[in-house]
Amino acid sequence: MSLSDDTLLTLYRTMCRIRAFEDAAEEASRGGVAAFGQAAGNANVRGPLHLSTGQEAVAAGVCAHLRREDCLTSTHRGHGHTLAKGADPTRMMLELFGRAGGYCGGKGGSMHIADFSVGMLGANGVVAAGIPIAVGAAQSLKLRAIDALAVSFFGDGAINRGPFAESLNWAAAFRLPMLFVCEDNQWSATTKTAGMSAGDGAAARAAAAGVPSETVDGMDVEAVHAAAGRLVAQVRAGQGPRLLHAKTYRFKGHVSVDPAAYRDPAELAAAMRGDPLPLAQARLAARGVPQAAIDAALADARAEIARAIEAAAAAPWPDVAAAYTDVQDTGAGRWS
Amino acid sequence: MSVAKRMTYAQAGAAALAQAMRDDPRVIALGEDVGRGGIFGQYAGLQAEFGADRVVDTPISESTIVGAAVGMALTGLKPVVEMRVIDFALCAMDEIVNQAAKNRFMFGGQGRVPAVIRMPVGIWSASAAQHSQSLEAWFAHVPGLVVVAPSTAQDNFGLLRAAIDCGDPVAYFEHKELWGVEGDVHPSQPAPLGRAQTVRAGGDLTIVSWSKAVHWSLEAAATLAGEGVQAEVIDLRTLWPWDRDAVFASAERTRRVLVVHEAVQVAGFGAEIVATLAEAGVARVARLGAPRAPVGYSPGLEARARIDAAKVADAARGLLRRG
Repeated sequence: MSLSDDTLLTLYRTMCRIRAFEDAAEEASRGGVAAFGQAAGNANVRGPLHLSTGQEAVAAGVCAHLRREDCLTSTHRGHGHTLAKGADPTRMMLELFGRAGGYCGGKGGSMHIADFSVGMLGANGVVAAGIPIAVGAAQSLKLRAIDALAVSFFGDGAINRGPFAESLNWAAAFRLPMLFVCEDNQWSATTKTAGMSAGDGAAARAAAAGVPSETVDGMDVEAVHAAAGRLVAQVRAGQGPRLLHAKTYRFKGHVSVDPAAYRDPAELAAAMRGDPLPLAQARLAARGVPQAAIDAALADARAEIARAIEAAAAAPWPDVAAAYTDVQDTGAGRWS
Repeated sequence: MSVAKRMTYAQAGAAALAQAMRDDPRVIALGEDVGRGGIFGQYAGLQAEFGADRVVDTPISESTIVGAAVGMALTGLKPVVEMRVIDFALCAMDEIVNQAAKNRFMFGGQGRVPAVIRMPVGIWSASAAQHSQSLEAWFAHVPGLVVVAPSTAQDNFGLLRAAIDCGDPVAYFEHKELWGVEGDVHPSQPAPLGRAQTVRAGGDLTIVSWSKAVHWSLEAAATLAGEGVQAEVIDLRTLWPWDRDAVFASAERTRRVLVVHEAVQVAGFGAEIVATLAEAGVARVARLGAPRAPVGYSPGLEARARIDAAKVADAARGLLRRG
């Protein structure tokens, strides 16, 4: 079934918002990351910032099928998933800036971005750690007879961690309403995943656990949307877990300050020729969507994120007393 | 006024969980072999009463057992997780330390993790190095966790119920050699978290202990009484938050405090207690724990890794000799 022009335009707008968010966050992080023994500087976004630039089609294409009550867990590279699930970019940017009004009150930053009000149960600083948490959310939904599913995004590096293998088996054994999404950007931090992963990757491992899957071009938002739509429908129909293997590419380094000099420039150049945004623009133009509407999507997104940056820069810091809140109730007030 | 029932430490755990599950449909249990009652009988009868959806037999997947419990807790359930023995919980340390303990804080209070992680500790005779550890101090070191170690059937009932109800992630340490120990259990008698219990009064020294070591401490106190020494014995019950008021009140009277635990002495929780007392200048302090060696299988080797009542009494005499 082919996509309507409106749906494709909506998907494109989501991708534009993610791209604008990542670009602005990257800019705001310059000088803010400790590297080669230097302390983090005074940039607005400090510490490790993992950008999903280039991977926008996966977040947009999958999350378009999700409802607010569906649960989501993400990775250290989670801004795109969070935005696509419906989070407010201003509160996200406040969190990246460490400000009081951020989603986590400045306690989490980029790696722990979360918006529970839209079912986004958290990005995670530990590779593969979000997968079993989504499994538990799916089991919880099933136990409470809530008509919703859980989705976990994880990278290609995560398939070599135990929790992925455990979770595939568990979700299948309990026939849970869960979608696994392997967002395969081909790089495990600064090492190419292909050289250290045996077999045929995420889909093959899913097959071993009896979890049906689809593999899709993760740079093509229409293809991601179509495949995710089929899989989500199967999960919602009670057929058990499914896995989507989306092949994409990380345009930036592992973290924002990583120039990724270990990467063949030709590989990056080839991947960037497949940039998901221009690809979607061309598809929209070919469908006869007015160029003004196409152009407005990215301009609007950049303007929206510029406002978020402005708001974040003006926002107050958290009260330092918050360093000791939301730790635990039993024994609260005892820190030594 | 409730009527006391005679039951074992294991039955008390099952009774507390059953009571919590009847009172609150959000409470569920999951872990390996729990459907058959758990390997120590501490889940006996629960699957028959509550069904396999609420008393969940899981694969041998410790990371996902705890990780799934975190996901369940973040979405409104109150999971009680069985790790079988603490040695196996080491396969789930990321889920316990990075996820359960930190999710509430790092997400700015958007979610909470009201999960109880049951990790039976202690030397379980002839079980060797990987089934005999007492690692409670590791968890006391982690912000976000409540740490509980009951020594009696009554406390296993009261503290497990309190742990399930408290809303925080709880590292809950039952002892493998206490499962069969019987006691009177009052099902309506609360055992508040963070409160120690003085289980023997005395004025000459204070012995602070928890879990099975409380029993050795009481035995040692009886021996010492025959020598004219009156030892006060405090069962700490909760390691975090530990009952500083109770320990200090006793220490200020006796001026001598010995902390006794089955765990390896080096960097054990006893060090935390005696350091706190020493910093305050309240008492002369000593501690007794196991040697820093793995637990051996053969009876003679295992005995060298154990503490016992005689060693507690010796440590007490040594402390008294120091004045």
